[in-house]
Amino acid sequence: MKQTKLTSYVTLTALHSRHSALVRVTHWITVFAFLALLISGVEILISHPRFYWGETGSSLTPPLFQLPIPSSRATVPTGYKYVLPDQNGWSRALHFEAAWLAVLAGLLYVVWGLFRGHFRRNLVPAGPDLSAASLWRVIAQHLRLQPAREDDRWSYNVLQRLTYLSVIFILFPLVIWTGLAMSPGIASAIPAAVSVLGGQQSARTIHFFISILLVLFVVVHIMMVCIGGFGKRMRAMITGRAATGKEQE
Amino acid sequence: MSKFSRRQLFTTGLYMAGGASGLAAATVLARRYGLVPPDCGGIYGPGETLSYAAHRLLARDSLAREFPRGMISNPPFPNQADPLGKEFERLRDGGFSGWRLAVDGMVARSASFSVADVQGFPQHSQITQLQCEEGWSYIAEWTGARLSHILDVVGALPRARYVVYNSFERDTWDSIDMADARHPQTFIAYAMNGEELPVKHGGPLRMRLPRQMGYKNIKYITRLTVTDSLKGFGKGMGSVGAEYGYAWYAGI
Repeated sequence: MKQTKLTSYVTLTALHSRHSALVRVTHWITVFAFLALLISGVEILISHPRFYWGETGSSLTPPLFQLPIPSSRATVPTGYKYVLPDQNGWSRALHFEAAWLAVLAGLLYVVWGLFRGHFRRNLVPAGPDLSAASLWRVIAQHLRLQPAREDDRWSYNVLQRLTYLSVIFILFPLVIWTGLAMSPGIASAIPAAVSVLGGQQSARTIHFFISILLVLFVVVHIMMVCIGGFGKRMRAMITGRAATGKEQE
Repeated sequence: MSKFSRRQLFTTGLYMAGGASGLAAATVLARRYGLVPPDCGGIYGPGETLSYAAHRLLARDSLAREFPRGMISNPPFPNQADPLGKEFERLRDGGFSGWRLAVDGMVARSASFSVADVQGFPQHSQITQLQCEEGWSYIAEWTGARLSHILDVVGALPRARYVVYNSFERDTWDSIDMADARHPQTFIAYAMNGEELPVKHGGPLRMRLPRQMGYKNIKYITRLTVTDSLKGFGKGMGSVGAEYGYAWYAGI
């Protein structure tokens, strides 16, 4: 084995996982589910690219806003002279199945993370890091698109921590909640889940905006992975090993 | 590292065996308690089954939200409809006096009702929302007879599990389980917003099912068949929609 030839320090760090097995498995399940949710979500969206606020809304009522895209239904006034093919059947089935997958993987991750101290240890920022000066230093570093510092390979910086925590504990719960609130079955079982949001059309509109925030997160996340070194970061998330300087040589 | 791998192999094997037997037990229980939808096959089967089972376990008897009269949408959106043909026009011109609602299958007394017969059953109203899977929705007041009352009139047999419903529209049929068929808000509706149900909204008779998406609320109902199995109907997936990829259970 290659590792035996390295110094004891490198052997130790090489054995030490950057990402634990559970993080890696749930990460890639989520990647797969998110991609399926995004594709099917866009497909469902084009059957009615109009948004409303409140309980109800249709082509006969004024929208809150309308996306300037063609629709897969002839009844939607889009201004386009053509109608896209209807793909809602499989799109809805894929959307809900992928949602189940994402929710189950997410639950497993969150329960494990709470139980094993993952969030406390790896994601909750240290007090001093939350100072304006410290935050500004990290933001400036990001804006200059500088690669991560050496110690960031083994830990997350304050900006990463706050972003991951927001995605895990704010955006994901909100997107699940607003998704469930659109379901007539759930609305009858838990009416408050809908009324708190202002109605089922409001839930749909919020669902749309949260999805955009999640897509933005993914775009920036992939950008940062590329800047930080695509190969190294992918290897860390697939095998769990983080490359050290010596190991790379 | 080899020291750990044997233990890891053992625990992994244990988890997998536990998971597999758990899944097998869950499947047996789910089938027994009617938690498996008829369109449970294929790659989307697990998702459909999880949603249906979750709704039936957690919210079998929940009531759809009812709204104050002031929230009724004006106008309600009638979806696109195909022409219904000369026979329908003839019936409509006759004020639907020739319309029949046949009820058959696992019932003590097969029957055929006129619209007036249905209107003669105890009348109920609900102000509920109709949601289309496309994304639009409206609130209206529906008036009709409870499907559960019709099932009692014909004496649906206790071992019946589904009600299949057919439309005047060719190749249009669907089905619901007994939780929905016996639900107090499941109507054979004949009026909307205080007036005779307009043809574009499914008149003279429409299945009104407020806990499921619009597409399960089939228009122009002509026949109800009570059954304990959906195998003999179409491809056995419970609805013609399911054969085109639209989930049989649309309470999601």
